[in-house]
Amino acid sequence: MTAVPARAGWRFRQPSVIPGFGLTLGLSLAYLTLIILIPLSGLAWRSASLGWPQFWTLVTDSRTVNALKISFGTALAAAAVNVVFGTVVAWVLVRYRFPGRRVVDAMVDLPFALPTAVAGIALTTLYAPNGWIGALVGPLGIKVAYTPLGIVVALVFIGLPFVVRTVQPVMEEIDREVEEAAATLGASRFQTITRVLFPGLAPAIVTGFALAFARGVGEYGSVIFIAGNLPNISEIAPLLIIIRLEEYNYPAATAIAAVMLIISFAMLLVINMLQSWSRKRYG
Amino acid sequence: MADPVVFAAQPAASGAGISEQRPARWTLMAVAFIFLGVFLFLPLVLVFMEAFKKGVGFYFSALGERDTLSAIRLTLLVAVISVPLNLVFGVAMAWAIAKYEFKGKAFLTTLVDLPFSVSPVISGLVYVLLFGAQSALGPWLKSHGIEILFAVPGIVLATIFVTFPFVARELIPLMEEQGTKDEEAAISLGANGWQTFWYVTLPNVKWGLLYGVLLCNARAMGEFGAVSVVSGHIRGQTNTMPLHVEILYNDYNATGAFAVASLLAGLALVTLALKSLLEMRYGAEIAATRGH
Repeated sequence: MTAVPARAGWRFRQPSVIPGFGLTLGLSLAYLTLIILIPLSGLAWRSASLGWPQFWTLVTDSRTVNALKISFGTALAAAAVNVVFGTVVAWVLVRYRFPGRRVVDAMVDLPFALPTAVAGIALTTLYAPNGWIGALVGPLGIKVAYTPLGIVVALVFIGLPFVVRTVQPVMEEIDREVEEAAATLGASRFQTITRVLFPGLAPAIVTGFALAFARGVGEYGSVIFIAGNLPNISEIAPLLIIIRLEEYNYPAATAIAAVMLIISFAMLLVINMLQSWSRKRYG
Repeated sequence: MADPVVFAAQPAASGAGISEQRPARWTLMAVAFIFLGVFLFLPLVLVFMEAFKKGVGFYFSALGERDTLSAIRLTLLVAVISVPLNLVFGVAMAWAIAKYEFKGKAFLTTLVDLPFSVSPVISGLVYVLLFGAQSALGPWLKSHGIEILFAVPGIVLATIFVTFPFVARELIPLMEEQGTKDEEAAISLGANGWQTFWYVTLPNVKWGLLYGVLLCNARAMGEFGAVSVVSGHIRGQTNTMPLHVEILYNDYNATGAFAVASLLAGLALVTLALKSLLEMRYGAEIAATRGH
């Protein structure tokens, strides 16, 4: 600690008088390694040891491809629904004052707090042909439970808070003077919202979309009850992993998991780039 | 619903050019309320209505069943082990990341968030691959009589994996925001590391810590996917409450399933109430990280 050389050489950490660096970093690294790194690298190791030809055969299996399509497709649709309604909900919560606003605001986090299995059986009962909503839309020829539409409904439930909680704080930060300026200069309210407010909100909306989407792709508990789980039609990728595990088909389970992780990380990367682009474009 | 007078009391929102016309306002509110009503309120109400469908007596007898009680016990046990572990290591990690500048810090912070971007099923799968009979460790564990998978240790490990980020990622931004001045002052006045932590840092972050623990606990008790993979679903032994809900539901015992589910929904409501209370009263002392 005493004679720190004056030259700006490579240094692992900046000097600090606060003790405990070694202890806390050591504990953290040990814990992270044991709980997260070793298990995850085990997955990477197992998929790598499959060899490319076997890996490719496993992931191009038609049931696997369909399960991945269903998982990513329904997550995409649900995230799109959430972007629209989540933004409206955030707007209403931020801009309007009404009795019970705090309760409604708190309720938005329900999907975070409610165990997914509970959400799953509740939504299934609600949308089953004899359920409160199922009986209502059934005569219109709309079947929700035990179809891919049911998966979308479950993922809309799961993903809603991601959009609202990402967009809401940014809306709260909007400077009202900007809107006043736009109005003074003759913009209609619609123009103000689409041309002035929306560009500022776009990065947050994209982030909310990405978070809801990422969560939806991996979601299991709330989906399996309502999905019906028909192979190639309403069978999601996480469920197929479990089915393969129960068949002791570890290579297939590993391969599906690896593909899910790779696609998810790639999409998050793309969305991060999109976000920084939109931040640059709209400031 | 909303009273027009409430809007009139809000001069900022009544200016012609900077707020929506009344019809637009009402439409937006109606859309938001109907959406929230259908997607959040109805499912919640339904859980309690279905739970009490066959009367209060049936409700309590469903909860008093032996397998249900053992599921409740196991859920509590898992939370009692995994939440304190994540608390201690979350604090250690936040201290290391927030109080020092070192190479690789950004990478470490990303690692903390990793469990949130992994499907719960994959979180369980990694432990099956690590400890399963087909793994390198499997035969060794078996010959030594150590049970991890399809037993409590596996459930605890999977739960820890899934709930690990809550405490750490609540504390890291909070402690970074508070800087190191207080700690440096305490050290210069002669306090040792532990004293600095107990008397200076901890009081500064206690509400944030509680917030993180609250969310961590809710998830630990409610986790389904990850636990489902490693549990083996042995009734009365390795079934947590969420898994027991699934079993009852698949047994066509919907009322029993909803009775157990109502306990979990109650936990969720208590969590939400405490969370809002903390945000309302100690908002400034809780980092602005909302959303998981």
